[in-house]
Amino acid sequence: MKKTGKTFIIKDDVIIRDTYTIVGNKEGQGPLKNKFDMVIDDDLWGEDSWEKCELKMQRTAVENLKNKNNLINDNIDLLISGDLLNQITSSSFAARDLELPYIGVYGACSTMTLTMGLGAMLIDGGFAENIICVTSSHFCSAERQYRLPLEMGGQRHMSAQWTVTGSAAIWLSNSGKGPKIKHVTFGKIVDLGVKDANNMGAAMAPAAYDSLNQHLQDTGVDYDLIVTGDLGTIGKGIVNKMFNEENKSIESKYDDCGTIIFDIEKQDVHAGGSGCGCSAAVFGSFLYKKLLNNEIKKLLFTSTGALHSPTANLQGESIPGIAHCLGIEV
Amino acid sequence: MKYNKDNYKKVVDEFTPKNKMLKNCIMAFIFGGVICLIGEIINDSFVAWLGISDDEASPMTSVILVGISALLTGLGWYDKLGKIGGAGTVVPITGFANSVVSPALEFKREGFILGTAANIFKLAGPVLLFGYFSSFIAGLLSMVFK
Repeated sequence: MKKTGKTFIIKDDVIIRDTYTIVGNKEGQGPLKNKFDMVIDDDLWGEDSWEKCELKMQRTAVENLKNKNNLINDNIDLLISGDLLNQITSSSFAARDLELPYIGVYGACSTMTLTMGLGAMLIDGGFAENIICVTSSHFCSAERQYRLPLEMGGQRHMSAQWTVTGSAAIWLSNSGKGPKIKHVTFGKIVDLGVKDANNMGAAMAPAAYDSLNQHLQDTGVDYDLIVTGDLGTIGKGIVNKMFNEENKSIESKYDDCGTIIFDIEKQDVHAGGSGCGCSAAVFGSFLYKKLLNNEIKKLLFTSTGALHSPTANLQGESIPGIAHCLGIEV
Repeated sequence: MKYNKDNYKKVVDEFTPKNKMLKNCIMAFIFGGVICLIGEIINDSFVAWLGISDDEASPMTSVILVGISALLTGLGWYDKLGKIGGAGTVVPITGFANSVVSPALEFKREGFILGTAANIFKLAGPVLLFGYFSSFIAGLLSMVFK
């Protein structure tokens, strides 16, 4: 079996051939501003709703990734995508136009590594040669679904995070050159009873710790960089504390996409960025380029998700967390 | 992992930044105060210059404040005031108007009846319900004790 502990071993080459990232205006002004392939000017991008803007981002990310690499639909075996909206609207409606065999998945903000992990296993299993993985999130469409109307005057909690407007399409292939996915650990749901929807970082941190710990224990790989998806300042602090308490500190080589994508102080994002687009955009631009340039050789990339339901939350339920790890090596 | 639902809360509290209570209170006091001051100026102007009685000027003032708030919400400015003013912009009647206009704007893309009309009281609904209910109780009491 291609498995060690709870981690799947990708034995054959699964190469991350290329990426394409599109982000919103605010993200385009952040610390990674020159790293993205495209920055859109406003919340609507010529569409008449935020939801339509989000699916256009997903569709365009895939189309531009294909064009950039002269890929045609005949060469692509599968599209795996997901997003935050009800019925994963952005993914399904983007897939409608893309005319590719499609699997839609929901993993909240953990979707990027969920799609890439599934893609890697399908390629390693010999079922596919080329797969495109894509996720997206949009600040406005997420706010209106999960929180309050945008024009409602009020104050955001200091622990709240800012949903990233962004999308990234990733091309996985069994041939060519590029960083390779070596290990995949799908996390289990960990829920330590956080009910505060304004503190997602704290809700996800135990799941992130659990998956990271499992992955590191299973593989024994000494990573150059460990990156979580969107824990923000609070979740990142908690993960560090948990590892330190076990005397397995990762602090010197650990970072979080939610704290990388924004300038936390200047951009007024409180605890940092979040959303499916957060880890997707940071990986597709900043981290992927670091791997290509050999600045890092071994990356543990872990998208983190808060499987939050506003309905369940009102019924007194807490917020289940999940995290999926990808061990990527040059 | 050594954490469970009981001891994890302490860790969360340790890492979660506290809201700036004192600053928020001061800003709420200033913003709420200014809104009420504007209301008083409008009210007194009606009485002093237009010769309207105090009883009639009061609801007219409310209507004008609601109108201003709705306009500011539509222009996308009220949420910016709310970010600084906090409760000071939520509690006065202007905050109530904002809570009606903001969902109305947000749901207009889903159509006039099933979008805007169906969702316009999404936030203000509880205020209206308890408002109606307490006026009903007040009415009953006044009938009994008159």
